[in-house]
Amino acid sequence: MAEAHPVGFQWVMEAKRRGATVIHVDPRFTRTSALADQHVPIRAGTDIAFLGGLINYVLENEKDFREYVVAYTNAPAILREDFEDTEDLDGLFSGFDPQRRAYDTSTWQYAGAEPAAASGERDTESDTSSADENRDKESGRGDRMGAAGAVSARPELDETLQHPRCVYQVLKRHFSRYTPELVQQVCGIAPEQFHFVAEEITRNSGRERTTAFVYSVGWTHHTVGVQYIRTAAILQALLGNMGRPGGGILALRGHASIQGSTDIPTLFNLLPGYIPMPHAHAEQTLDTFVGSDAGTTGYWGNMRSYVVSLLKAWWGDAATADNDFCFDCLPRLTGNHATYQTVMDQIDGKVLGYFLPGENPAVGTANARLQRAGLANLEWLVVRDLALIESATFWKDGPEVETGEMEPADIGTEVFFLPAAAHTEKDGTFTNTQRLLQWHHQAVEPRGDCRSDLWFYFHLGRIIRTKLADSTDDRDRPLLDLTWDYPTEGAYDEPSAEAVLREINGWGPDGRALSSFTELAADGSTRCGCWIYCGCYADEVNQPARRKPGSEQSWVAPEWGWAWPANRRILYNRASADPAGRPWSERKAYVSWDDDSGRWTGPDVPDFEADKRPDYTPPDGARAEHAIGGAEPFIMQSDGRAWLYVPTGLRDGPLPVHYEPQESPVANPLYSQQQNPARETYVHPLNRYNPSAAEQGSQVYPYVFTTYRLTEHHTAGGMSRGLPYLAELQPEFFVEVSPQLAVERELEHLGWATLVTARSAIEARVLVTARMRPLRLDGRVVHQIGIPWHWGPNGLSTGDAANELVSAALDPNVHIMETKAATCDIRPGRRPRGPALLELVEEYRRRAGVTERTGTEGVST
Amino acid sequence: MVPEAEFRSYYGRPVLKGPVWKTPDVPVYLFVGGLAGSSAVVAELAAWTRRPALERASRVAAAGGALVGVTALVHDLGRPERFLNMLRVFKLTSPLSVGSWILAPFSGLAVAAALSALTGTLPRLGRAAGVGAAALGPAMATYTAVLFADTAVPAWHEAYPELPYVFAASAAAAGGAVGLIAVPLRESGPVRRLAVGGGAAELVMERVMERRLGFVGEPYREGRGGRLLGAARLLTAAGVFGGLVTGRSRAGSAATGAALLAGSLLTRFGVFEAGRASARDPKYTVVPQRARLTPH
Amino acid sequence: MSPSRNALSGPLPDVAADAGYAAPPERVGFFTDTSVCIGCKACEVACKEWNLVPEDGLQLTGMSYDNSVALGADTWRHVAFIEQSSPVDGDLRWLMSSDVCKHCTHAACLDVCPTGSLIRTEFGTVVVQEDICNGCGYCVPACPYGVIDQRPGDGRVFKCTLCYDRLGAGMEPACAKACPTESIQFGPLEELRERAAERVQVLHEGGVEQARLYGHDPDDGVGGDGAFFLLLDEPEVYGLPPDPVVTTRDLPDMWRRAAGAALALALGATVSFLGRRP
Repeated sequence: MAEAHPVGFQWVMEAKRRGATVIHVDPRFTRTSALADQHVPIRAGTDIAFLGGLINYVLENEKDFREYVVAYTNAPAILREDFEDTEDLDGLFSGFDPQRRAYDTSTWQYAGAEPAAASGERDTESDTSSADENRDKESGRGDRMGAAGAVSARPELDETLQHPRCVYQVLKRHFSRYTPELVQQVCGIAPEQFHFVAEEITRNSGRERTTAFVYSVGWTHHTVGVQYIRTAAILQALLGNMGRPGGGILALRGHASIQGSTDIPTLFNLLPGYIPMPHAHAEQTLDTFVGSDAGTTGYWGNMRSYVVSLLKAWWGDAATADNDFCFDCLPRLTGNHATYQTVMDQIDGKVLGYFLPGENPAVGTANARLQRAGLANLEWLVVRDLALIESATFWKDGPEVETGEMEPADIGTEVFFLPAAAHTEKDGTFTNTQRLLQWHHQAVEPRGDCRSDLWFYFHLGRIIRTKLADSTDDRDRPLLDLTWDYPTEGAYDEPSAEAVLREINGWGPDGRALSSFTELAADGSTRCGCWIYCGCYADEVNQPARRKPGSEQSWVAPEWGWAWPANRRILYNRASADPAGRPWSERKAYVSWDDDSGRWTGPDVPDFEADKRPDYTPPDGARAEHAIGGAEPFIMQSDGRAWLYVPTGLRDGPLPVHYEPQESPVANPLYSQQQNPARETYVHPLNRYNPSAAEQGSQVYPYVFTTYRLTEHHTAGGMSRGLPYLAELQPEFFVEVSPQLAVERELEHLGWATLVTARSAIEARVLVTARMRPLRLDGRVVHQIGIPWHWGPNGLSTGDAANELVSAALDPNVHIMETKAATCDIRPGRRPRGPALLELVEEYRRRAGVTERTGTEGVST
Repeated sequence: MVPEAEFRSYYGRPVLKGPVWKTPDVPVYLFVGGLAGSSAVVAELAAWTRRPALERASRVAAAGGALVGVTALVHDLGRPERFLNMLRVFKLTSPLSVGSWILAPFSGLAVAAALSALTGTLPRLGRAAGVGAAALGPAMATYTAVLFADTAVPAWHEAYPELPYVFAASAAAAGGAVGLIAVPLRESGPVRRLAVGGGAAELVMERVMERRLGFVGEPYREGRGGRLLGAARLLTAAGVFGGLVTGRSRAGSAATGAALLAGSLLTRFGVFEAGRASARDPKYTVVPQRARLTPH
Repeated sequence: MSPSRNALSGPLPDVAADAGYAAPPERVGFFTDTSVCIGCKACEVACKEWNLVPEDGLQLTGMSYDNSVALGADTWRHVAFIEQSSPVDGDLRWLMSSDVCKHCTHAACLDVCPTGSLIRTEFGTVVVQEDICNGCGYCVPACPYGVIDQRPGDGRVFKCTLCYDRLGAGMEPACAKACPTESIQFGPLEELRERAAERVQVLHEGGVEQARLYGHDPDDGVGGDGAFFLLLDEPEVYGLPPDPVVTTRDLPDMWRRAAGAALALALGATVSFLGRRP
């Protein structure tokens, strides 16, 4: 965190100053480790085993926060008889279909629940989807918060937690082999250190104390990334740390405002506010769409209001009850339009054009060669960035031109580079990690032709609409009927960002800004560009622009910026009080029930209906928020409970499982199943995989490598490597190796090394440092190599890109690539140039016996 | 008495910054400054004892040395066009300030005296100028030792008790050498004595200095500084010897003078290099300071 | 007018008044608490941005994460990185520290400056007046910490100004403002010294025995620093001199020696001329 979020890390230092213990779990000893009380070196890709070991410790020693667990989690819920766990099936859950490489999740349901309704499931597949192996990996239901639709609200419970098929017992059995000895065997963490962590976190959880977990892409960039988070969620739920001050799981996002870019999404399968994007069906109405996706319980029950308000925001007066509020105008998904699938489609010639605003896949996305192959096969490409990044210049000086694989004259892609304005040159908001919107004010005008993204998209739309103005084609109506009337200001006709913010907030029938998403209506009388942001412009005040100093308000500081939803700072904060509404302890009091006023009170906005009594029991047939009881804090789940076990919504298991990464030198000690059976792989000559431990040839790529960031640079370096003041701080691409690995591979400090995978080979300077430690796993030594991924050929500080080495192998729930654990070889000296580079890579593949099938099996044989 | 060789540093990097002064500019200035100062004194003594050839030669040496010195110093500046800023203030805490206020009048007076002596014009004023230059002469020869010593450079600062005497003796040898080269034997008796005495004193004081310095004096014995000082020592010793035995030979005297001049020049280069080396290696800063702090 | 021993070294409670200011504000400076430095180098960048200091080297040094190498004319904040492993149990320690000009109470650079370019400001800081400096370079070897240096291509010397222009506008220096963990603390020197003493005590009580202050003591060889530090190991580990002394302390003695040598030269020359010809 100190490396990638140095400003945010000041709060960790403040906590430390007040007596907090800071534990840093990471393959490398980083600047965070330097300030932590304890650094726990871990083999990259094994956190589920580590966290699972902690879960096992908690369960075996009965250190869970029992009252919390019984009341607020689905630990007492009883599962179906035909559910089979990975302990039963050697690494698989019941229901796996090896042909589709997907699970039928019906056996995972609660006992007595409706099976995932046929009507509900149908919406996940469009009518035009093909049977293509990769297309089967649909956008799917995993992206829906709570995924409440297919589950009936109330499972059968055993509050004594003794029933053999209750979640608590299933969990216990599932993690029973995740002992400290296993943790050493898998992760390389010594038992003494494991016990230190286990004792610290259990000692520091419960009524009087809470423990927080903080993570970033070190946990998400894995083929089991979502399950990593799930394991932490289970642990934190067992310890009673969710919804409580000083607790929780904080996801540090990877870029400024990337939280905002999933809220107002740049993700293909989401609409603003995490409403799922509809799929293409021949007969689909707003009702069938909302019906199949709306939960019957929780705030998702109001989905119709959110969707209609969104449609009204976009199509204004043209959206009426008669035309389903222009629901037909929304684009539809016809399959998996995720980024890697899109790249494969580009290579297949199915994609004509591409916009890259502030994105640099030529060096910044996994399997850079694959990315550039896609870019080279377009008709047109628009790149908007602060400088000429590699994605704009690949056609003339990219690595494939050097090897001779591409000839600039043969690349048909027409590249438009449009310079972008920086954040200091425009108004707007950042929405960061803690869901906090903060407004930033323009400080200077952009220079030359630089323009903001808002300017670009607004005027692009304006010009297209002008060209189509006389069209009578029905197909153009969605574009022409859009509300596109933001006021513009200044010499460049910059659209008012504040007007956009206000539209996102929405307004009511009287035209006044709304204050809360509870005001949203399903009858078209309200407009709202994003229901979770409703309230950010309440009272016609730019709430995100508020900057009341912390010293002038409560420690929660609600008047600095604005957090969604409803300016709530801690989600699920009902859980900071017991079922009767009393704080678990004075020390950790946060939100509690005040009988006199009949309301929930506290320094934060209660994440609960303000006047719902703790003893409220929902009547039969209750819907939406009325179906949530007074002691059910997890209001986005259908049963109001934190899910230790996830009956529906995930593609690769209701419980986390330790699987090895796509590429690993270690055979999974727990199961025969080596990797995540549901992971997404791509078969393509540019995307060959290294053989894994179980396979022949894995010793050709014997070392684990992990990618990461340095404080001095930013992502793929487009914004930092061209700046002298940053370039001089970390001027050259280097890799970090342990002294022992340096001896083994004859690497010299400050010398050159070449790293090779089945994708490509790169060169880097070598830093030999004791901060990289070889790990002892069950008698063998595993070496790890640290590779910062900031470099590329353009700019002041140049070097090869780490992403040349990385493959496209994805988590099946969210299609995120595995960059944090893979294998490679390393050898001293610079890499060959020109065609000789390809020969080197090919020679390695031959020696390792790499074929198109290597690493692609679903079920390990 | 040898301090422990064990010490810690930051990647072996220097703690201090060595002088950014250019070479040959500054070592040459030290040499010509000493030569000029000494020559100015010799010129007055020669005038007083009616040795006109010696007087003329010394006046020329004083003026020439001063001019060469000024040129070297101005050239050494980072912003030569701003050389007059040296006379903005007079600061006793700055040997360079004091030195500028010595050099400026000295140069003027020495040049005036030389011009007057060579052209015969304004003899009274010329003579007065000469006396003035002679009064400043010894300061010219010794303030430069304070200039070097008044830094953090270990081999210079720690040497401050002896360094002025080394420079003074070296200047004496140089001043005497001018006479041995440029003046007939009948007038060069005194400067022979001055040259031999100065040379001998230089050899002795230099040795005394190095001995006392111990560990921090290593750069005077080793490396480039050691080599230059070794050569200087040889040349100066040859000059002392020569001074004693070439009393009747003009050619021999000239050779003696040349050896002494070369020795005096190389001494300055040697001291300069030794200083640089002592600033570059962190051990000369860290070891003595750490020893000071460690209770015995 | 000759400098007395006291004025050249030793404690000096009111450094600005001593320099001639009639009613100067409180002396200000830096307390750099390296125990909370996260090595982010925001200080280096903020300083360069504010003061328009040129980039000075795009070469990987291999000195851990330190590619700035040292303070100099073009690096006025320098973050040092020291990786240490205990030979006993392999325990790792990574020391990080942002170095800066010490703005000494007795500043050798200021003392030796012949043009009067280097001055003491009313805030007690030491700055170079760049319109006067003629690049004589004397301050460079005079500094006991190896801070000030000549800028290649420019000829003048440069160093940290403690953001003199920002102080004049009531703002704190750029590096202190940018530091996210308050490792760099700016304020009245007296207050900083008190805070630092408390911090060391807290660390000692917490078992961090190696914590110590550096440059805080008015009785040290430079009269105490305007920018002082909390270190977690000996100063030389960070590239700092263990016991720096302002060279000016010995200057009166040096002048005496020089006078003696000058006298010896004059006498020696005179004696050489005594006696009969030739």
